[in-house]
This record gives sequence, structure tokens and C-alpha cells, in this order.
Amino acid sequence: MIETYLRQSALDHLGLAGHSTAAPTEAGVQLSEKPLPVAVNLRGDSGDAAFVEAVREALGLALPTLPNTATTGEGLALLWLGPDEWLAMQHDAAAFAEAQLATKLRKALDGLHAAVTEMGESLCCLSLAGAQARAVLAKGCPLDLHPRAFGGSGHCAQSLLAKAAVTLLQVSDAPAFELYVRRSFADYLWRWLEDAAREYGVAVVRP
Amino acid sequence: MLLIACPHCGPRAESEFHCGGEAHIERPKDPASLSDAEWAEFVFLRDNIKGLVFERWNHAHGCRRWFNAARDSVTYEILAIYPMGSPPPALDPRRYV
Amino acid sequence: MAGRMRLPQGGFVAHDELLTFTFNGKTYKGLAGDTLASALLANGIHMVGRSFKYHRPRGIVSAGGEEPNALMQVGDDPRSEPNLKATQVELVDGLKAKSQNAWPSLEFDVGALNGLASRFLPAGFYYKTFMWPASAWMTYEHFIRRAAGLGVSPRQRDPDRYDKTFAHCDVLVVGGGPAGLAAALSAGRAGARVILAEQDHLLGGALLNTQGEVIDGQPARDWIAAAEAELAALPEVRVLKRTICYAAFDHNFFGLVESVTDHLPRPPENLPRKRLWKLRTKQVVYCAGAIERPLVFADNDRPGVMTASAVQSYVNRYALRPGRRAVVFTNNDSGYGAALDMKAAGIEVAAVVDARQVPAGPLTERATALGLRILGGFAIVAVEGARRVKRVRVAELSLDGKTVTGVPEAIDCDLVASSGGWNPTVHLFCQAKGKLRWDDEHACFLPDAAMQTGQQSAGAANGRFGLGSCLREGTEAGAAAAAACGFAPSDTAASQAEDRDFLPGRWIWLVPGEHPLGHKAKHFVDQQNDVTAADLKLALREGYRSIEHVKRYTTTGMATDQGKMGNVNAIGIVADEVGGHLPEVGVTTFRPPYTPVTFGVFAGRDVDNLLDPVRRTPMHAWHERNGALFEDVGQWRRAWYYPQHGEDMHAAVNREVKAVRDSLGILDATTLGKIDIQGPDAAEFLNRVYTNAWLKLGIGRCRYGLMLKEDGMVMDDGVTTRLGEKHYLMTTTTGNAAAVLGHLEDYLQTEWPDLQVYLTSVTEQFATMTLSGPSARRLLADVSDADLSPEALPHMAYTAAKVAGVPARIFRISFTGELSYEINVPASFGMAVWQTLTTAGERYGITPYGTEAMHVLRAEKGYIIVGQETDGSVTPHDLGMDWAVSKTKDFVGRRSLSREDMARPDRKQLVGLLTKDPKEVLPEGAQLVEKVLPQPPMPMLGHVTSSYHSPNCGRSIAMALVKGGLARKGETLFAPLGDGRTIACVVADTCVFFDPEGERLK
Repeated sequence: MIETYLRQSALDHLGLAGHSTAAPTEAGVQLSEKPLPVAVNLRGDSGDAAFVEAVREALGLALPTLPNTATTGEGLALLWLGPDEWLAMQHDAAAFAEAQLATKLRKALDGLHAAVTEMGESLCCLSLAGAQARAVLAKGCPLDLHPRAFGGSGHCAQSLLAKAAVTLLQVSDAPAFELYVRRSFADYLWRWLEDAAREYGVAVVRP
Repeated sequence: MLLIACPHCGPRAESEFHCGGEAHIERPKDPASLSDAEWAEFVFLRDNIKGLVFERWNHAHGCRRWFNAARDSVTYEILAIYPMGSPPPALDPRRYV
Repeated sequence: MAGRMRLPQGGFVAHDELLTFTFNGKTYKGLAGDTLASALLANGIHMVGRSFKYHRPRGIVSAGGEEPNALMQVGDDPRSEPNLKATQVELVDGLKAKSQNAWPSLEFDVGALNGLASRFLPAGFYYKTFMWPASAWMTYEHFIRRAAGLGVSPRQRDPDRYDKTFAHCDVLVVGGGPAGLAAALSAGRAGARVILAEQDHLLGGALLNTQGEVIDGQPARDWIAAAEAELAALPEVRVLKRTICYAAFDHNFFGLVESVTDHLPRPPENLPRKRLWKLRTKQVVYCAGAIERPLVFADNDRPGVMTASAVQSYVNRYALRPGRRAVVFTNNDSGYGAALDMKAAGIEVAAVVDARQVPAGPLTERATALGLRILGGFAIVAVEGARRVKRVRVAELSLDGKTVTGVPEAIDCDLVASSGGWNPTVHLFCQAKGKLRWDDEHACFLPDAAMQTGQQSAGAANGRFGLGSCLREGTEAGAAAAAACGFAPSDTAASQAEDRDFLPGRWIWLVPGEHPLGHKAKHFVDQQNDVTAADLKLALREGYRSIEHVKRYTTTGMATDQGKMGNVNAIGIVADEVGGHLPEVGVTTFRPPYTPVTFGVFAGRDVDNLLDPVRRTPMHAWHERNGALFEDVGQWRRAWYYPQHGEDMHAAVNREVKAVRDSLGILDATTLGKIDIQGPDAAEFLNRVYTNAWLKLGIGRCRYGLMLKEDGMVMDDGVTTRLGEKHYLMTTTTGNAAAVLGHLEDYLQTEWPDLQVYLTSVTEQFATMTLSGPSARRLLADVSDADLSPEALPHMAYTAAKVAGVPARIFRISFTGELSYEINVPASFGMAVWQTLTTAGERYGITPYGTEAMHVLRAEKGYIIVGQETDGSVTPHDLGMDWAVSKTKDFVGRRSLSREDMARPDRKQLVGLLTKDPKEVLPEGAQLVEKVLPQPPMPMLGHVTSSYHSPNCGRSIAMALVKGGLARKGETLFAPLGDGRTIACVVADTCVFFDPEGERLK
């Protein structure tokens, strides 16, 4: 029987815990991996009141219908990805929480034309914070992340960062961002971020 | 690099998009009833106009939705964005010699 | 003092901060604030290079980016950079510079013999002489390049780092002169996000080169400092110095290069050398100023002949005397500025030679009042002195300006300052496809209608040459740009200053000399490319009319120069010659870059191990630990084979292939694309995109599908499984995953929006491992709770169960022809499950196998790989796969299969090939022929697509696409190879070389 402690995050091979610091540092940028996120992709018709209500019921969160925004509740964030697509995100959850969350949604949406797909295993979550976080992202991401343009905390977007597709969620106006990237690209993107942040000073911190 | 207003996500850099070529070329309902020449017209032949063009675009690295755009192929100005399935907007054809 | 020609005080140089540098091995002193050019001039050095074609001695002409002559090789390998303009290189302590284009030395140059032979080097010389035979061009080029001395690329790897960044703003202001500062201030005060880009390390633009200018009642220097301080205090304004805007692209997208550390003697480790800014703005204000035109007169390329504004810059900004006795040659008022400033700096002004019959204008009046000698209606008709101007001869111009009259007067001098008028810097405006109009009064091209929205020009770049107008227009343009972005303008008024133009002017494009054009003297139009007025006229005589053709034939305005100094003069000379007006001749196309950009900037950090993403599977580290060699499949890095105990590839692959057939192998198949398909119409959707039938696939069953493009050609293949009532999982080839999803979404959203189906990529949700071989069932039974009996889980069936305690999807499908299970577990458990399987599998001799063994195994079975057996021109019929094509339903690409062309008997079809000598392995890609001719060409029938040694067959096997192949079974074909060998082979009855009955799958 395999124990859940044998799960490996996308960046497990880098041994980040071994060279990270605890507290925020003076460095312009703080980087970390938030390992093993829970994520469920949700498809459905936001024009269908039954769908919207069923999601609210199941998650206790309103479905964000404004483009590039996320709604957040206790330990759960719901990201707008497109006109009929959302991503429910959760951190620090148990090994099989993803299946449970998906099951809950499937049950709630039974009978509606909707799709629920587990995605967390395919994602790596990187956290990027600090005074120069925006400057680092700008080196590879064509989005305008200025507060006037992006909207600050609670805003999200799918775009490109360097040569990887990412979903970006601003989690603090400090600023701090979460980057969701497909697992196989995580090693590349981590190394890219460390390199891009070099001129500002970069600290690997514990998530 | 163009700046394209995704109808769902807002203005984004061209690198997030994929152009799907000329718009309003509907797949024939009954391909078997078409002659070879008619089918070839559908599959292979496009106008490549210098002036107003209607194009399909996909926000490949964003919401993955397809939409239509009217663009001036000389100035690259994007004149309209409209949904799949809608007829092309009435615009000055802007033909250049 | 830093140089014998240095003034004791003044300018924008630090007189107490001495820097040491070397030029051609000799050591000199300069000052902080110097450019390499100003430091050389302060040491009395004008001659800095030899010209491109004639190897004539050349001097510094300008004080800016338009410099044609002073190209330098700066630094030592590996930081050596060629073709830098000395006028733009900031002096740093320890800088080492070398002349280009001089061999063996600048003073004694062998190539100068070209000058003597110049009668034989006219325009188009290279085209005419070195065209034939074409095969010899490589040889010619080698010698031409060595003689032309285009600088040397560093031989070692570039040790520097380069950065790239996107940036966004409301208003981009290009240029930090008076108009640019005014524009940035008014846009910034209104609250807009502003970026001001200035190529220099100082703000102020042309104001730095003049003296005595007053703005709002204070010295210009103080006004600049106040403006800079205010801009720095505005939170949404960013001033980028040492940043050249080199390109204007579409939709207000700009390319800028910032020089971050070149000016630092010891750059910090963490900083990039240069940074590329990829800037998107809503509005742009071009305030790039204007560039002074030199006059085109006889031997105008002698060292010591400079533009008048360059002389002013060296005197006023760099506090030096570029000569002791000067002659000014002008056709407008602005040349007098140089005369006045030189006189103030103690340079003797021997004469102002003015092409205008009646010299007039505000500066002319000041010069007259000072008693300078002014020769109205005169021209310089000869310049003496090979390595430095010694003397000029001046003569009176005829009324039409085409000839000179009277006996020339000789005037001794060591400096000539020439002014032929001003060209607004319209390059970026034109790169953005803006149209120009000709201004007859100022004799220059001005920005007319912009092609893109949100583009304005202001100041000298817009033909407003007076300082007051520059400030006013900059202020207005900045406010208008901000207003267009929704910011109400602040109510501060424009700064005030004197408004002085350079009119009146007398526009003479070609100054006559003492001899007919082309005899005994050269009138240079483009000094960098050694193009003379005579060359232009020759091009016209030879029939070239379009200015674009004249440019290419003569090379005028090419290379790093890009016509900054010479183009309008060239157009003027062409217009005179063909009897037309300048705007009718037109301008050549402006293309990026405005100035050369070093390649490293474009590479940025996309080098070395960041060149391209390396996609890793969850088991990647295991493969590394176990000695795998890897191959790239798209961006994925897949285990290729696992050599053990010094095995070579052949031995390792043979062992892996045998192990699978004999007992058990395990393959990391994570990279296969997986698309989750949900919805009531999922089956109908599959039925439309696959060639075969899908409506009756039972839950828990798998089916192979072939996907075509609308042109009937095979696009992808893979197994799709029905997981639930309305739920399917499609697999795609590794390299095609994204393309297939895009293809499906396209049809779903645009052709069949009525179908209720959702598609989601789940490729990476699962770690996929394939157990393959006769022992696969036994191992899986050891670690899984699934019922694996053939009845419960037959070939092409699926079940969900636990494997090693982890919830898994088990697919009984096979790409090897052996009993196989594809196991999908959550990606985070991939490593643990893999390790459990490889450990538990030891008792069955489990052998990890890589992609190479997988390829051999599938080839033994005649299974195709899309992209290897297919190349976008192959139909299912060509592959012998009609069995996978429905005759009764429509699907994407079906109609194309019945096109007349598809029935052609000579289409290339997939066949098996067996070499006559079983030990010989055909190279993949080898061409096949019926008959070998003594030498190519010979009619080619097709090519080998897959070829391996098969240990299980005990011989080599191959597949090939061959014209009419299906009808050639039993025929002998030949593969003539590049090394002279020919391999004979026979078209086999089948592509299936192993277990043709499929017994082992049961």
C-alpha cells in the first residue's frame, strides 16, 4: 500500500525545502512552490440559473462571471477562465480531496450539460511575491499587470510566461501572484524565474 | 505584434492567439453531393485580399474560444470583432490597388 | 588636461575625472562624459578609419548615431564588438578601441591602392564582376570581406547576459530633447503612464550642443535639470536613458534597447548588459529631432570635414576644439551657429562660405555684427589634405548653382563645418507605415498622415525647428496623447523660448567642383558605403529609375547608415538628374532597426538550458538515475534507451526489445496526449472526427481511431476509450496533442456549435506507464485489485482499479503486439507506482524500455507512427488502412478521399521492405529506385520511413512509402546511398513482420 507521503510535487527533484528560508527576506522577489494543489476544471453555461445555483450550492462560492476575476472563499478560489470555463482551486488539501471536490460538483450538476474534470495533478503552483514581482513577470508575460490595467488582488488571466502557458492569479496587492503551469513545464519555468529575478535578488522561501 | 481584443478576455498580445484564416467558409452540409472542383474550392482556395478581410481567430493561450475579426490587411487595423456564426459586419471594403 | 585640444572648462564633461583609453594600441586620456569620438578629437585625432571601398582616410563627421565613418572595434575577445560608432560609445576607463577597415595599419593601408584604381570600381562593380560563375561567389566573398574589413566577430562565446521585457504605457515619448521633455511633462502631469526613451545618457537633446539658449528666462541647462527632476518625481513616469527606440511595429508596439552596463567599468554580476524592451503603448509622440545634412562637395570626405552641428556639439558639450582654423560651408542660417560658437571657443573662423547669394537670418546677422568674413554666393570647390584638411578652395557659384565662376581662392584651414539643412528623424514614423510629405521651404520630408492611430510627431522631428515651437508642440502633443487615454490635461502652459528657424536656405544638392563630376575629385553622398554623386548618375544612365533600385545598385543608404545622412541628398541629386521634383522621386522604405542591435539582445535569456522548455514526466528523475539516454519528442524529453554495463545503443535496444517479447518491459508513456471528452453528443462528435464508427462503442471499451484533415490526409491516430455514459478519453500522439485539441475545438466551436460536448486536456493529470510482455498480467495481478482475466478485461478494454494502492485507470491496449496494460495514475503518484512496479517486477525480469525499443517493437508489428510513416500527404488507403475507414458515414476529410487524384495508381503507398542481406539495415530516409543509374538523377519511387534491426525476427525490417507500392509486392528495389553503396531489397507481402496472427495479444 502506497502512503500519500510518497506523492511528489512537480519540483520535488529540486529539493527546494533544503535551500529555502522561512520568512520574507530583503530580496526583491520571493519564490516558492506551493506543492500539490487541488484543482477542478468546470465547464457549463453561466446563462443557466440552475448551473450557477448548483455551483454556488456545492462550493459555497459565487461563480465569477466577470472576465479575468476570481471569487475566493474559505480555502477555495474559483477562477474565471473563459465564458464557460472555470477552475476551482484549493491548497494544503488531503491526497484525495481533488476527487472529493470533483464528485461533489458532479453530483450537484447531475442532469445539467456541464463537465467536471480533475486538473490539480497536472498543475504546478508557483508563488511569486515581492516588490519586483511584476517586473519579473513582465520579462516573459505580455500581460499589462499594472494595477490600473490588471485590477490587483483577485484578478486572474491565462497567458504565456516565457515559453510556457500559465494561469496567473494575483493573491495580494503587495504584490503576490500564484502561477499555475502544467507540471512538465515546472522545472523550466522555475529556472526561468530564478534567472529573470536575478538582478533584483531572489529568495527561495517556504510556501 | 498585433493587439487583439478577445471578446471574452479583453485586449491581449497576438502571441496568445492563433489565426485560423479566412472566415465565413462554412463546411458543406453534404460533402458527397459536391463535385471535385466544388470541394477543392472549399478545402484549398482562399481569396487573400489586399484590404478588408474577415478572419477567424482563436485565443489559444487564453480562453481557447474562437471568434471572427475584420481586419485591414494593409494597415493591420482591426475594424471589428464579432462572434462565430454572425454575418460579417457592413464595413468599407478598403480595396487597395 | 585630457587632450591638447580640450578647453579648460565648460560643457557636460567632468574636467577633474580623467579616464585612460587606448586607440590602435596607443594610450590617451579622456574625461568622464566623453564619447570615444570626443575623446579622440580632444587629442587632436580626426582620422579614425579607412573607407569601405576606396580605403580613403576618413574622419569623425558627426556627434551622434548618424556617424558614417568612425566605426570601431571595441574591447577584447570575447567582449569585442565590431561596428560601434565612436560617437555613441561612452568613454569608460580602460576602454580599448581599434579602427576597422585598415590593414596593416591606419596610417599605411594597402587597400588605399583601390583609391588609385577607383576608375575601375564604379557603382555595381561587385555585381558586374563577381557574378559568374555562381559557384565561385564563396571564394570572391572571402576576399571581398577581408579587404572590406567589416569588423571581426568575437571568436569566443559571449560572456554577457541579456534581458528582455515586455512593457506597457499610455504614452511613449521617443527622444528626450526639448520637445520630448515637454511632451513627457504634459502627459505625465495629466496622470498618464509615460515612458520617455532617450538614447543618450543625458536628457536635453540638441540643447546640449548649443550655448546661450534660454527657456522660461533660465538657462536651458537649468530648465533640463528641473524637467528631469519633475519627471523623476511623477510616479507613473519612467525615463529610460541609454535606450534607443530602434523599431516601430504594428498596433503601437515598439522595440527599444537599453544599454545597462556598457558605461560601467566594472559591471555588477547580477545586471544584464543590455535589455530589450518590447513596449506596447496607446499613444506615441515622436520627438526624435532632426539630423543635419552635410553638403555634397568635392572631396567632402577628408578628415576634418564635419557637420556644423557636430562641431557645435564638440565645442559646447564636450568642451574641445576640433580644429584651430575653420571654414564654415553652409546654405542656411544654422551653419552660422557653428561659426559663432567656434569663435567664442577661440577657434579662428577663416571664412563662412555661404551658398546663398544674400546671406540672411538671425545667426547670420550676429556673425555679420561680429565681423566674420562671409562669402555670399560662394562654394567650396576643392579640399586638400589626404589625412587631414589642409586647405580649401572656394569660388563663386553661378546663378543656377550648377557651375562655378572666377578663379578659386585658397584658404588654409584644418576644419570644415558644413551645413546643408536639416532632415527630421522620421524613421520610426515611417516604419509604422506613416506617410511623408515634402516641405519645399525647409527642403525636407515631414511626417504627414500616420497609418496607425495614436501617433504624433513633435518638434524638429515634425519640422518645428525653433526652440519655442518645439516646446509648445511637445506640450500640446503630450497633453493630446494623455487626453486620448482619458486623462484631463493639467493647466500648465508650455515653456517659452526664442523661436528661431534655419531659413532662408538655398538648396543645392550637388555642389559643383573645379572639374567635371567624377574627375579628379569625389563628391561623396554616402561616406559609409563609399557612394558618390557620380555613382548615382551612372546608375541613372544605366537605366535604373526607381529610387529603390538606385539604392540597391549603388548601395547608398544601406548598412548601419540607413540613409541617415545621405538619403535626401541622394534623392535630390537623382531628382535634379531626371528633371523631377524630390517628392516624385520618393523615399526608400524605412525598415527596422534604426541603428544596429546586437544579436544577444534578441536571444535574451532564451539560451543554454532555457533555450526551449524541457518537459519532464513524473518519472524523469528515475530515468536519469537509471542511466537513460534521452531523445527530444517535441518539447518532451523521453527516455530513449537504458544502456547497461557499457552497452552500445544497438546492444541496449536489442536487449530491451527481446525482454518485452520474452517476459516483461515497462515504458514511460506519460507524454501521449490525453483529451477528456464529456457530453451527451460525445459519441456523435467522435463519429465525425474519426474515420471509423463510434456510435456503438460500449462503456469500458477502447477503439483505435484515425483522424484526417479536411484534405483527406492522416493527421493523427490513437486509442479512445469510453469511460462512462457520456464520457470518453482520447489519446493522441505525443507531438500532436496540442494540435489535435485545437483541431477538435475548431470543429466543435465553429462548425458544430450545436453539439453538446466539452473538451479538456488531461495529458499531465496522469503518469502513464505501459507494462508489456507475456508476464504483464502476472505482475499487474500482484499489485492490483483489478479482475484481469481475459473475460473481465479483454484486449481493447478498460477498467478502473487500484494499482499499488493508488486509484488507477487500466487500459488493455498494445503498441507492441504483446499483452499490454497502459496504467494511468495521478501524476504525483507516478514515481511511487513506477518504483513499485519495477521492484515487484524483478521476479519477472522487468526491463525498462525506451522509445527506440518501442519503435522497433511496433515496427515488427507493422504499426505506423504518424509523422514517421506519414508526412501530411498520406491517406488511409495509402497506408493500407481502409479497414479503419467507414463507408457509410461522413467524417472530416472523407470527401477528399474520393477526389480523382486519390485514385492515381502511382500514389505512394506503405509497404514492408526486406533487405536481400538480412544483416543490412536500410537508413531511414533512403530513396528507392527501380534501376540504379551511374549517377543521379534517377527516377525515385519513394523512401524508407522506418528501418531497424529486429532481434525477434533475426534480421532487418523496414517500411517505405513507394509509388504504386501495393502492386509491387515481390519486386526488387534498390537504395543507392550517399557513400556509394547500394542496398537491394524486396517489397514484402505485408508490413507485419512478427506474429501476423496476433496470437500474443490474446
